[in-house]
Amino acid sequence: MQPIISVENVAKRYTLGKTSARTDTLRESLVDFARAPLAMIRNRRSSSTETLWALKDVTLKVAPGEVVGLIGRNGAGKSTLLKILSRITEPTTGRVELYGRVGSLLEVGTGFHPELTGRENIFLNGVILGMSHRDIRKKFDEIIAFAEIERFIDTPVKRYSSGMYVRLAFAVAAHLEPEILVVDEVLAVGDLAFQNKCLGKMEDASLGGRTVLFVSHNMPAITRLCSRALLLESGRVVMDGATNDVISTYLERSFSAGHSREWVDQSQAPGTEELKLMAVSVMRQDGSVVSTATVAEPVLVKLVYVTTQPSLKFRCAVVFNTQGTCAFATVEPTETLHDKPGRYTSIVKVPCDLLAEGEYMINVSIFTSRGIKQHYVQLQNVVALHVYDPMTGDSARGDYAERLAGVVSPRLEWTSEYEGPA
Amino acid sequence: MDRETRPPALKPLADKPLTVIEPGKPWKMNFPDLWRYRELFYFLIWRDIKVRYKQTALGIVWVVLQPALTTLVFTVFFGVLARVPSSGKPYPLLVYTGLLPWTFFSNAVGGGANSLVTNASLITKVYFPRMLIPVAAVGARLVDFAIALLFLIPLMIYFNVKPTLNLLMLPFLILLLTWFSVGIIVWLSALNVRFRDVGIVIPMLVQLWLFVTPVAYSSDLIPRKFQWLYFLNPLAGIVENFRAAILGSDFHWTALAYSTVITLFIFVQAAYFFRRMERTFSDII
Repeated sequence: MQPIISVENVAKRYTLGKTSARTDTLRESLVDFARAPLAMIRNRRSSSTETLWALKDVTLKVAPGEVVGLIGRNGAGKSTLLKILSRITEPTTGRVELYGRVGSLLEVGTGFHPELTGRENIFLNGVILGMSHRDIRKKFDEIIAFAEIERFIDTPVKRYSSGMYVRLAFAVAAHLEPEILVVDEVLAVGDLAFQNKCLGKMEDASLGGRTVLFVSHNMPAITRLCSRALLLESGRVVMDGATNDVISTYLERSFSAGHSREWVDQSQAPGTEELKLMAVSVMRQDGSVVSTATVAEPVLVKLVYVTTQPSLKFRCAVVFNTQGTCAFATVEPTETLHDKPGRYTSIVKVPCDLLAEGEYMINVSIFTSRGIKQHYVQLQNVVALHVYDPMTGDSARGDYAERLAGVVSPRLEWTSEYEGPA
Repeated sequence: MDRETRPPALKPLADKPLTVIEPGKPWKMNFPDLWRYRELFYFLIWRDIKVRYKQTALGIVWVVLQPALTTLVFTVFFGVLARVPSSGKPYPLLVYTGLLPWTFFSNAVGGGANSLVTNASLITKVYFPRMLIPVAAVGARLVDFAIALLFLIPLMIYFNVKPTLNLLMLPFLILLLTWFSVGIIVWLSALNVRFRDVGIVIPMLVQLWLFVTPVAYSSDLIPRKFQWLYFLNPLAGIVENFRAAILGSDFHWTALAYSTVITLFIFVQAAYFFRRMERTFSDII
């Protein structure tokens, strides 16, 4: 199929240092002003002073109706790519072809003026985002209903609470109907309920056949919305494929933590004289090593270690971290005596229907707490696991399609019954 | 959610407008784009006017009050005390007819030169032809200008000055004035993105400019042999002829020719400069 977006060898160079620095003082300004004509000519000639390639050799094609997620660490070039696609900044080299109108949502509330009322800002912001006056009038009621600010529609937005402000801003943007929608990390606004609403609106947009390019650090949102993802690293597209694969690779690369970790050389392995950790891996039930799992399957974490002395007593612990907090920790129930020196394996099974959607970073430790607590091994972020919900209805969420909060997502039993007339 | 059953794109691609994004060419003006964004242009003007008089007690009255008060002060100090000759016209009317185009110009430059910088958040977050911002800043002042112009009617009745056929030149003079202002502001606003010095220099520049423009006096005061130099300031020709159109005195055709040619030159230069600078606006603003 003919691509709706086609990007060919696009690169973007930024000049760093003096030329892009703001001149803040009058003295500096005057010096600059005197040099101005010269400096401007010089810049065009020798741009080799200090440059940064925010994007390099980016080539990509997007078919109509595709929803593509862009992921990567800060500074990888995601926002620069979006800015080029929305014509805010020009590429240094290369060419982009787009069919149809492009709506870009790089920020909510662009062009909002604090002195103007909610009503006035809806029109102003709508027109700035590329809607016609007629479209806005048609959708006006829908917009204020979505923003839940009916009562304050004729109040200047400078008197709004920040929540109201953001809701109104997103409501306008959400009613944009371009053929191509370019969205930067803007969904992280408002409270959880409003975020869900926004995500739902994005889902509608993608189901409506719109082409969407979506930058987010919210991996469950990317998994939910996008069938395809691109991984950017230092301005290059390093991976382009199915969302789950790309997210796993991203985690592997950015935390240098993959589905397994192995130390071949025992002397280099982490641990103490008496005990060395040789390998950690995440596996399926059948023993195959995985970096991605669904919420509906059990996951095994395997620790392989070697003891060099007899009669060691210790236990293993595994900690699952996600969303910046500890989801849970699990330890071997008792400290076991490891009589003979040699190679041991400990496996912990995480049952199905426990992990929530998202990325887990796994810490492992081996320790004894009899008498003085002593750690043999204590390692953070050793392996990573990306968990997603295939949305088959067979999980803790049932047929509920929106975001489910929490670091775990256990499948619990619900009962409800009729107790008689009220 | 079943991704396989997503409906295909609504329309075939060939029906949709194609946008090509490439490293830009400053000599190409993108006229279709300017036209496509006309609604935004109106809204920018509307916003400027709306915001300026929000939370003011007198609101739009200021548009007339500003030149009227200046006229009063000028009349007392220059007209009555310093006895500046007024070529046989009522001095207050001479000043007001000079202040009308001058106030428009100085206000437009004051706000317009900063317009890109004050709208930085728009420039870094959405696309639209950037030139709309400085041009809309001029447009907003044009509305003020029109209102202040209406105040001339009671003034002319009071001083018993009858309109003449010279008034027919007024539309052209207003066009020229607007055009000149657009040229200057387009140029200054783009320069201001790169060098904030512009914002500092402008108030001073505008103040000096007032004295080399026939606002508080008539250009008849300038010795004949220096008039060619004097009229190199395009505003001098515009203001003097603007006054002639309203008060019915003789036009300075040479001065008008100077102003027209210089305005045209400045406008072309400014547009080219703007297009060249525009490419880096979002990166350096």
